[in-house]
Amino acid sequence: MKARVSPATIALYGSLVILALAYLMPVYLTLITSLKFPGDISLPQSWQLPPEVNYGSFSEAFALLKPNIVNSFILTISATLLSTTLGSLNGYVFSKWKFPGSEIIFTLFLFGMFIPYQVILIPLFQTLRALNLYGGIPGLVLAHVVYGLPITSLIFRNFYAQIPDSLMESANLDGAGFFQIYTKIIFPLSIPGFVVTSLWQFTQIWNEFLWGICLTRHTSNPITVGLAQLAGGQAVSWNLPMAGSILAALPVLLIYIVLGRYFIRGLLAGSVKE
Amino acid sequence: MPNRDRLKAFLTLLPSMILIAVFVYGFIGNTFWISLTDWGGVAALAVNPVRNYAGLVNYQELFTGFLGGGFRQDLVNAVYYSVMLLAGAIGTGLILAILLDNKPRGEAVFRTIFLYPMSLSFIVTGTIWRWLLAPQGGVNILPTYVGLEPLKFKWLSSTGATLEFNWQNLLPIGLYILAAVLIISGLMIVRQNPSRALRRYLLPGIAITIVTWLAGDLLPKALFMEETHGFNLATIGIIMATVWQYSGYTMALYLAGFTGISQDLRDAAMLDGATTAQYYRHVALPMVKPITISAVIILSHISLKMFDLIFSMTGPDNAETGHPALNMYLTTFRANDFAKGAAIAIILFLIAATFIIPYLISSYRQRRVR
Repeated sequence: MKARVSPATIALYGSLVILALAYLMPVYLTLITSLKFPGDISLPQSWQLPPEVNYGSFSEAFALLKPNIVNSFILTISATLLSTTLGSLNGYVFSKWKFPGSEIIFTLFLFGMFIPYQVILIPLFQTLRALNLYGGIPGLVLAHVVYGLPITSLIFRNFYAQIPDSLMESANLDGAGFFQIYTKIIFPLSIPGFVVTSLWQFTQIWNEFLWGICLTRHTSNPITVGLAQLAGGQAVSWNLPMAGSILAALPVLLIYIVLGRYFIRGLLAGSVKE
Repeated sequence: MPNRDRLKAFLTLLPSMILIAVFVYGFIGNTFWISLTDWGGVAALAVNPVRNYAGLVNYQELFTGFLGGGFRQDLVNAVYYSVMLLAGAIGTGLILAILLDNKPRGEAVFRTIFLYPMSLSFIVTGTIWRWLLAPQGGVNILPTYVGLEPLKFKWLSSTGATLEFNWQNLLPIGLYILAAVLIISGLMIVRQNPSRALRRYLLPGIAITIVTWLAGDLLPKALFMEETHGFNLATIGIIMATVWQYSGYTMALYLAGFTGISQDLRDAAMLDGATTAQYYRHVALPMVKPITISAVIILSHISLKMFDLIFSMTGPDNAETGHPALNMYLTTFRANDFAKGAAIAIILFLIAATFIIPYLISSYRQRRVR
């Protein structure tokens, strides 16, 4: 049964291979274009391998995007740390310390992750200006932490729901309080939850664009804004935007390839009802 | 548990509650208020800008005003975009999930390949696809490698449009859509509950159709002149890129659902003589219906706020691939018309709210049952 090659098996593998090639095609084109010299790039030859390999595109693109990459790392790491920590505490309360109305509050939290962010953009812009945070990275961190609360609280809430309540009760009998139970029991069991949540937040914040372009000045632009500007200029030859795309994609792509399992868990947590 | 600890729990949550209350609900209210003012013009960015209450003027201008035509086209295009993205991403994701559910060798590799676009930024996707869809290269010359003529389609700059309708007839069209939804819902439950289907859905649906057909001309025109809007063909390229990026996501959702169905159930279906197609049609798909609902909600939400991808593929001000989200950005931050930008944002929000609020209420009820 196993080794027999039936027409169905051929159809299955055939369609999988064709689809896989189609999904990889954009990467191939990006890679070969980034490795070409500007003079070798032409539309009719866009699929052909570079006649001469030009690694210089990457150093050139990196030099142009370096300030943006540094900004994005500062922004992403600090916002991820803060929103994950808060999400863990919130998830702990939402799952283990339910109080009357906590389910409604949780639902009201979730609403915050489904709104089109255009609807809060103008007040956010005004508030950051009033707080003197407009234009810089701290203001962007604040926005990402606040609007990251729904998803981080959701992931941790569902994660902690799997920890048996009996564990909590016995700790409580031993005289442990709210924070002791968290530090002694919940937190040590949370490592996978922290990995899932922080990977999810990292990719989301790294990839974000709307706030980056509306709320930061040129010197604080994150990588997405830097790349859009690099690619938006009409005069630039295509090897630079392509190399820039690879640089901008690299951190999140590495996370996805190395820790894909956790990434998928974050992705499912954000969508499937428990 | 002691009351002191309950208080600590509440106090731990309190800062986040305040932040959400202010930054989500307070800000939505504030945007709504701004949309009712005349905030805009040269002094819009002053520390204390002049803002006078203006009522629904901004909404009126957007829907029926002379200068609102661009917004109306964007809105129509966004609706078409959402529908096609839903069909494309859910259809493709489902096919991928079914293929992988047959546990081919190298499943993990295939899954990784189908899902990696999901981890990329829309700006990266947009930059790459703009190059892929360049008129005389990329996708258009692929057929020449198998001996065919190159394609001539101008993916992102085509000015053609299809599925056009006259904005003046907005009211009758809306009523026809309502009637169609009622009739389809009625037909779906007619087997289980014929009387309810007839009373609640079929008869009202048919009545609306007949009345609109007979008296449609008497309904007020939404606009004083003829104005056609349709689906801009240049959006097809944007849809392709979005499907490329998000079909892996729906695949992952469905795959998780399929894996949750026990092998026993599948074996039982096969023993009963079901073919693979019948198994998915009658057993697997009905079981993962909640996943389909989640996917619809999430993808609609994404398509309604779509900004980054269009921005990087065609620039923010390409009329052929317009979207209210981009229009809001241009109106607010380029033209400094904050009040009208806020009105566009509220319209987007209301569309999103019509399906997100029922979704959240139903998931709240499910949690309560448990």
